[in-house]
Amino acid sequence: MPEIKELVKGLAEKHGRNRESLLPILQGIIAEERFISDAAMTEVARELDMSAALVYGTATFYSFLDTKPRGKYVIRICRTITCDMKGKKQIIKNIEDLLKIKVGETTKDNKFTLLETNCLGWCHKGPAMLINSTPYDSLDEAKVNEIIMEYIRK
Amino acid sequence: MKNVKRVDIIFGAYTQEKYKVFEQTLSKSSDQIISEVIESGLRGRGGAGFPTGLKWKYTAAEADPVKYVVCNADEGEPGTFKDREILTKVPRKVFSGMAICGKATGAKKGFLYLRGEYLYMLENLNKELDVFHEVAKKNNFDFTIEIVMGSGAYICGEESALFESIEGKRGEPRNKPPYPTVSGVFSKPTVINNVETFVNTLMIMRIGAKEFQKLGTTDSRGSKLFSVSGDTPIAGIYELELGMSLEDFVEEFGDGDTKAVQVGGASGFCVPRKKFKDTIIGFEGVPTGGSMMLFNSSRSMYNVLKNYVEFFEEESCGQCTPCRVGCQQLKKGIEAVKKGDKSAAYLNTLQKLADTMKVASKCGLGQSVANSFYSIVDNFKEEMIY
Repeated sequence: MPEIKELVKGLAEKHGRNRESLLPILQGIIAEERFISDAAMTEVARELDMSAALVYGTATFYSFLDTKPRGKYVIRICRTITCDMKGKKQIIKNIEDLLKIKVGETTKDNKFTLLETNCLGWCHKGPAMLINSTPYDSLDEAKVNEIIMEYIRK
Repeated sequence: MKNVKRVDIIFGAYTQEKYKVFEQTLSKSSDQIISEVIESGLRGRGGAGFPTGLKWKYTAAEADPVKYVVCNADEGEPGTFKDREILTKVPRKVFSGMAICGKATGAKKGFLYLRGEYLYMLENLNKELDVFHEVAKKNNFDFTIEIVMGSGAYICGEESALFESIEGKRGEPRNKPPYPTVSGVFSKPTVINNVETFVNTLMIMRIGAKEFQKLGTTDSRGSKLFSVSGDTPIAGIYELELGMSLEDFVEEFGDGDTKAVQVGGASGFCVPRKKFKDTIIGFEGVPTGGSMMLFNSSRSMYNVLKNYVEFFEEESCGQCTPCRVGCQQLKKGIEAVKKGDKSAAYLNTLQKLADTMKVASKCGLGQSVANSFYSIVDNFKEEMIY
């Protein structure tokens, strides 16, 4: 995987090769690839001269550092009680219907992954979701359909 | 608003000249700054309420030439969203507060640890940071701030877990002592404060400790940002004087049918209607990092508790057994009681488990699960069973 090698090398040059460079490098891989593959973790370990187990142990601790394949657009719906009270379940159902996947799954074309996540910090404007790093709040059925359709067309 | 006093300190307009208060404060001595923060009575706004001035004093007293200032912007407590608003609207005040702390303690470097959910703000924050660094340079003040991103782990809001995360490790809390003022990030003396606390310190420099002290009560000086959500017609962020009763709060924010308020998020306390009158919001009563979730009589408190316990189960770092296994068992237990697989008396067994977690867990996460568990189960027992 020459591309991963290039990516990791570039990130190490930008963030350094110390222990504290590890998280920014892993976050950089996520930004490009949406998940950190075994090959990527091995490459990071080689580049930073640490054990692959250590890289794995760190990556798997953080919920945004996915180590399973994810779609190009990762949708994270806030599951906190306040978003739940404002209709989170219906929002999830709409997305599931539109993308033909369940929570935890990725579309066959690898374009979308649907996940739930803990409080996003938009409780006064629930329900809320993140698509990659972009937050969307005050969702209703019409709004979420429109947003998802926009991403489908991308 | 008639029952609560609104204040406009945090989001009040900037000074006309950029970073004016910060520049003026640079002429003060470390002792002057620290005395003023102590005199103001300011206590940490993240929820725990440690006196801010003392943290600064202890760190300043450390002999190590390398010290750090850390701003905790890992706002993960369910129901809290004030720090996001502060960092969106008045980031300059946060950076100024951190730099003033640098001046007071002798630290030359600051970290702002921003939760992964707020990555979208990074670009704007870095732009403002460029302006700050120019101002600092112009004043020959040696202090830089770096923004470090989190990656979706609630536990990293715990100060020592946050240090671990900045160091590139799993966010697992450390043993205490040593406390951060002695050994914090990179094992150096560190002041760690919440976003709102840093803004408060800047405002104390601007209006003076005496003016700040006029607000609030003896135990809870100043104003506080409240993140109001749930069953309320006016959800949002409000800066209010500390020390009001929950009854006054509900009068103002409730929808007329409020049956309970969760004060302080999932790790806080649930207060039922009959106790609104006698509950003071502040360090002398029920403290809060700002999260206020209102529930009306259409809500099942079992669902609320289950949501919180699931949250803790997922966010427990897994390092210590009481918290890791305790959260799982509490969840299984309330589900079993609800289904009728266990008798109602089993709730008492679960409360004993929560007790054990409170005394035996390593950090605040496991210790505080008992808060919401106890207060919800105790006050809404029927809803847990039927």
